[in-house]
Amino acid sequence: APAATATGTYTTATGGTGGPLPNQLDLQPAATQIASEIHTLHNWMMIVCLVIFVAVFGVMFYSILKHRKSVGHKAATFHESTAVEIAWTVVPFLIVIGMALPATRTVVGMKDTSNADITIKATGMQWKWGYDYLKGEGEGISFISNLSTPRAQIGAPGVPATEQRGENYLMEVDNEVVVPVNKKIRIVTTATDVIHAWMIPAFGVKQDAIPGFVRDAWFKSEHTGTFRGNCAELCGKEHAFMPIVVRVVTDAEYTAWVNTKKAEMAALADDPNKTWTIDELKTKGEKVYAANCAVCHQANGKGVPNAFAPLDGSAIVNGGKGDQIHVLLNGQKTGKYPAEMPAWKQLSDTDIAAVITYTRNNWSNKPAENIVQPAEIVAARK
Amino acid sequence: MSTTTLDHGQHHTDGHDHGHDHGHDHAHDHPTGLRRWLFATNHKDIGTLYLWFSFIMLLSGGVLALMIRAELFQPGLQFFHPEFFNQLTTMHGLVMVFGAIMPAFVGFANWMIPLQIGASDMAFARMNNFSFWLLPPAALLLAGSFLAPGGATAAGWTLYAPLSTQMGPGMDMAIFAMHIMGASSIMGSINIIVTILNMRAPGMTLMKMPMFCWTWLITAYLLIAVMPVLAGAITMTLTDRHFGTSFFNAAGGGDPVMYQHIFWFFGHPEVYIMILPAFGIVSQIIPAFARKPLFGYASMVYATASIAILSFIVWAHHMFTTGMPVTSQLFFMYATMLIAVPTGVKVFNWIATMWKGSMTFETPMLFAVGFIFVFTIGGFTGLILAVTPIDIQVHDTYYVVAHFHYVLVAGSLFALFAGFYYWAPKWTGHMYSEAMGKIHFWGSLITFNITFFPMHFLGLAGMPRRYADYPAQFTDFNAIVSVGAFGFGLMQAFFLFFVVLPTIRGGKAAPAKPWEGAEGLEWTVPSPAPFHTFETPPTVK
Amino acid sequence: MKMNSKQAPYYFVPGPSRWPMLAGISMLVTMIGASAWVNDSAWGKLVCLVGIAAMLAVLYGWFGDAIHESEGGLYSKRIDHSYRWSMAWFIFSEVMFFGAFFGALFYARVISMPWLADLDHKVLWPDFSPQWGNAGPAGVVDTFNTMGPFPIPTINTALLLASGVTLTISHHAIQAGKRSKCAIWLAATILLGAVFMGFQVYEYMHAYQDLNLKLTSGIYGSTFFMLTGFHGFHVTMGAIMLMIVLFRVLKGHFTPENHFAFEGAAWYWHFVDVVWLGLYVVVYWL
Ligand code: HEA
Ligand code: HEA
Ligand code: HEC
Ligand code: CUA
Ligand SMILES: [Cu+2]
Repeated sequence: APAATATGTYTTATGGTGGPLPNQLDLQPAATQIASEIHTLHNWMMIVCLVIFVAVFGVMFYSILKHRKSVGHKAATFHESTAVEIAWTVVPFLIVIGMALPATRTVVGMKDTSNADITIKATGMQWKWGYDYLKGEGEGISFISNLSTPRAQIGAPGVPATEQRGENYLMEVDNEVVVPVNKKIRIVTTATDVIHAWMIPAFGVKQDAIPGFVRDAWFKSEHTGTFRGNCAELCGKEHAFMPIVVRVVTDAEYTAWVNTKKAEMAALADDPNKTWTIDELKTKGEKVYAANCAVCHQANGKGVPNAFAPLDGSAIVNGGKGDQIHVLLNGQKTGKYPAEMPAWKQLSDTDIAAVITYTRNNWSNKPAENIVQPAEIVAARK
Repeated sequence: MSTTTLDHGQHHTDGHDHGHDHGHDHAHDHPTGLRRWLFATNHKDIGTLYLWFSFIMLLSGGVLALMIRAELFQPGLQFFHPEFFNQLTTMHGLVMVFGAIMPAFVGFANWMIPLQIGASDMAFARMNNFSFWLLPPAALLLAGSFLAPGGATAAGWTLYAPLSTQMGPGMDMAIFAMHIMGASSIMGSINIIVTILNMRAPGMTLMKMPMFCWTWLITAYLLIAVMPVLAGAITMTLTDRHFGTSFFNAAGGGDPVMYQHIFWFFGHPEVYIMILPAFGIVSQIIPAFARKPLFGYASMVYATASIAILSFIVWAHHMFTTGMPVTSQLFFMYATMLIAVPTGVKVFNWIATMWKGSMTFETPMLFAVGFIFVFTIGGFTGLILAVTPIDIQVHDTYYVVAHFHYVLVAGSLFALFAGFYYWAPKWTGHMYSEAMGKIHFWGSLITFNITFFPMHFLGLAGMPRRYADYPAQFTDFNAIVSVGAFGFGLMQAFFLFFVVLPTIRGGKAAPAKPWEGAEGLEWTVPSPAPFHTFETPPTVK
Repeated sequence: MKMNSKQAPYYFVPGPSRWPMLAGISMLVTMIGASAWVNDSAWGKLVCLVGIAAMLAVLYGWFGDAIHESEGGLYSKRIDHSYRWSMAWFIFSEVMFFGAFFGALFYARVISMPWLADLDHKVLWPDFSPQWGNAGPAGVVDTFNTMGPFPIPTINTALLLASGVTLTISHHAIQAGKRSKCAIWLAATILLGAVFMGFQVYEYMHAYQDLNLKLTSGIYGSTFFMLTGFHGFHVTMGAIMLMIVLFRVLKGHFTPENHFAFEGAAWYWHFVDVVWLGLYVVVYWL
């Protein structure tokens, strides 16, 4: 269950919540060395710009006040001076160098992703994030992280929200990324469909996730706490609804988390040879559907005209089950819709079997083959 | 028509030798009614067409912006589905950039360049009209794409692949619309360059030319250099969408980020295309109302050229978060920051022009001074964005949105307003109402800042752009922004009804030279400027 | 009847003309048609072709007017200068258009491809090896063979270089007032262009049938066909321009002093030539 409020040393040390504060005027308080360097750079830029601004416009407004016709000022006739031109070319040039030089060190630092303690792959998908712990303690953990704010808090055009908005409205997820404090975490980003961007402001991290390519970024949080960010690259309709949440914990807590997560995964990866009853599959499938499919195909299975195929009444859902398994494992792009059906390989065999069974027994669908067992998915994956 | 044309010519050449007088076919032809506008070859008429077109686009793009602001007034989804919201954002950007700002400057170029250099018309009068008549079709395609299955393109005005390959037919309509707008820009630019290079009145050397012409000469060069590159980028998008190429698809060995490189090779110069003519307008107005010649004319020319040249080597500052090698990040950071130097030279020269002048503050001057003041804020935030680590922090947040509205609205748009007030007497023969102009200026300046200043805070705190809904912590500033936006919109409706229309319909008759300190050939012809001017080129000392 | 250019107006400005607006409408029709066509709509193709035909008709009328004015002696030296400048800048814009595609080839080959195969990308594409001309890392592209410089591209290079020479001979002829010599060498130039295009078509057929090299053959096929395709399109345009010029040469439109239409088309032809040399090296050799 998502932690409702940020706990940890970050809040006590900085007063930040790990996300934005109401009506905040400046950058979010830094939780990493890089983020505080960014703060310093930003403050330095602000000071220099303000000084120049005041100087330049001080002169201008002085002139506006004194050199106006209404106070009887007569126009001078001078109109050039090479010395002055050189001066106001060279001085700004030097100032600009003074701005860029201190930034150089930070640029190099941000790029240095070597010697990470833990490497996590973050995969952007329309519209959720998938995480795989690739290296370090926790290796092998993998899960999908979905927005957990209920739609009832968001509302829809013409349908006001029915639920009170929570404190972490649009910045909460079902599965948080958990990492240990004071460890160098390397985030490897990629995507399956379009470009997304993985961003946590308090860490000073923002890295595009590009389909077919990997990029990386790193952070080393100096505080425990829960940190929140959003997908920062336009990725289609639910772009505003795929947040990122990282919980930074102590080493001991991390080890404990890894153990429970592994146990959970083992439990989840139920024996693929187990035979399920149709009702078990339907109940499980409904959850999988709500978490993964409803954004596009909608809860009522009707899809969105000209955008997402309806599943209610679909020939594939009502036809042989082999076709539907194929669609789920490999995706589908017929060209009839602008978007494509992503592949769902990363779901567990049981989840895929469950969601297929669910779609086949819901709405008006009544196919002959109405149940799919996990073993069939295992077979189809080969 | 064509035979009439020829007849005139033959009549003229066969009949008698006029020498260099009356050497204009159209001298005999003052078309009226629909024919005057549809078949126009007169640079003033075409300029007027451009100006009206761009103003209509400004209002349309503005209405789209107001829809965005209505949705963002509160968190939650109030009025629009997110997919439609994305269409609004995208079309707002496209309409404003390609429909409002760029054509408005071309309108100014059409009206003023021949008048300022003492030419009888643009070099290619028919092609000039073609450049214009490509725009309404493009606008129709864009507007029509809302009705296409799946709606208009919703990939952002930058049309990043591969999101752009997911869109429906609306995307293709946008691609084709941009193709023809690009063709229009290229032809318009060729026309402008040729006019300036080839048709200046005897004695007007390049270094005597009014600043506005200089900035447009350089802008036109930029346009010819980068519009074809945009055409290339969107052509590749089109073939990726429909013909199975893999330019932006990693599975086939392409690269989505390549789209961004090609796009921004166009896109960054594009933003200077939208500001250099604004610099030109301001450089005409400041001396006129300071009653003192432009300070540092030559260095202004060099600064403009430097900005243009530098603009080709900074494009990747829009892509710091795509993950480039560290050397590229550093290169693009340094190169970008360098642009502050020539831009600073411009600002300093304007202020030196004002220094010890004898200033008055009619509306053109107010907008020009407002421009310098507010544009510089936008320039500074640009500089802050150029610092790679800071950009990585605020990229794709409202900080960027604040930056570019400061330079585009308070920059380009305010300069356009300044230019309108400055030259409207020449165009219409009437003085606008100074009181109304001042209301427009102060109203716009104040509501502009209410709208766009809080966006800096939103961006710093981390609110991403292109968001149909946002975390509740951002609520108050968004509400202020939305209120400001409606106020700003209201001021522009005010401009239409209380400034533009009354000035066209009547008002105090304008003398040939309504501004005491104004200089230039355009003020030597009567107001309104007669249909034909400088048929015999004037001689410039 | 030729007019003495001294009598021409200082700067001829044409009167109102319906062509630009009609051209705008034709473009609208073309683009609406094209948008529908690429989306497989039934009427798209027809509408698009109607638009293109209308555009050609408009251009015919428009250029007809311009030629009449020119022949009517309305074009002073100054107008001639304008045309020169405009052609030069137009060609510059074309250079930039090709630049985008050359840039794409460079980027895909020198930057993206090694990236896709580097250590980090093993996570996604464990067995991708970066040889140019590969079928992409995902195995979604059918294998194909790449196109080498022999024999067709080399023959084509020779053809185009030769066409540059024949065109220059033709130009010297017109400057010397030798109209029929000019026409013959101009015709030879067009012929060389046509043969070039013939070989190009043959090469494409060879690519599709024997090499399995298609537009859909990953980034290699994309850049190969888009670059050579746009070049071929420009050769065709250039050849059409030269044909119009030839027609006008035969009609006696040009004088030794006054033949800018000829020169403009020739510049264009040389530009297309130079692009080919770039292609020959970058696409076929490297
Ligand atoms: C008119 C348009 C215009 C203009 C003029 C500019 C001007 C500048 N812009 Fe801006 N920019 C845009 C339009 C414009 N921009 C747009 C539309 C986008 C977003 C596109 C999108 O993503 O949709 C953008 C985005 C953008 C980014 C990317 C942000 C991001 O997406 O993360 C960056 C980063 O470097 C940047 C930098 C700059 C800089 C350094 C300047 C400089 O030219 C500014 C120079 C001016 C000054 C500095 C002020 C005056 C100078 C002085 C008074 C001298 C003294 C000063 C010093 C010595 C410091 N701009
Ligand atoms: C080029 C110039 C330009 C101009 C002038 C404007 C003007 C405005 N823009 Fe914007 N804007 C862009 C260029 C411009 N913009 C670009 C390039 C983007 C990026 C798009 C993208 O992300 O892809 C953008 C994005 C953008 C966003 C971010 C959207 C998002 O990220 O989701 C917002 C949000 O507030 C916004 C707001 C506004 C507002 C309130 C105005 C106001 O100034 C508008 C003022 C309103 C009017 C001028 C309307 C007046 C009309 C009436 C009141 C009706 C009267 C009608 C009749 C009389 C018929 N713009
Ligand atoms: C990103 C949006 C998206 C998500 C999420 C999504 N789909 Fe799809 N789906 C599509 C689109 C688009 C199509 C139509 C593809 C086409 O035909 O080109 C489609 C097609 C299908 C089809 C075939 C329907 C037909 O009649 O052709 C099935 C079955 C299907 N989806 C099931 C699912 C299931 C089950 C899930 C969740 C595990 C899911 N989809 C999640 C977008 C999505
Ligand atoms: Cu994912 Cu935006
Ligand atoms: Cu830029």
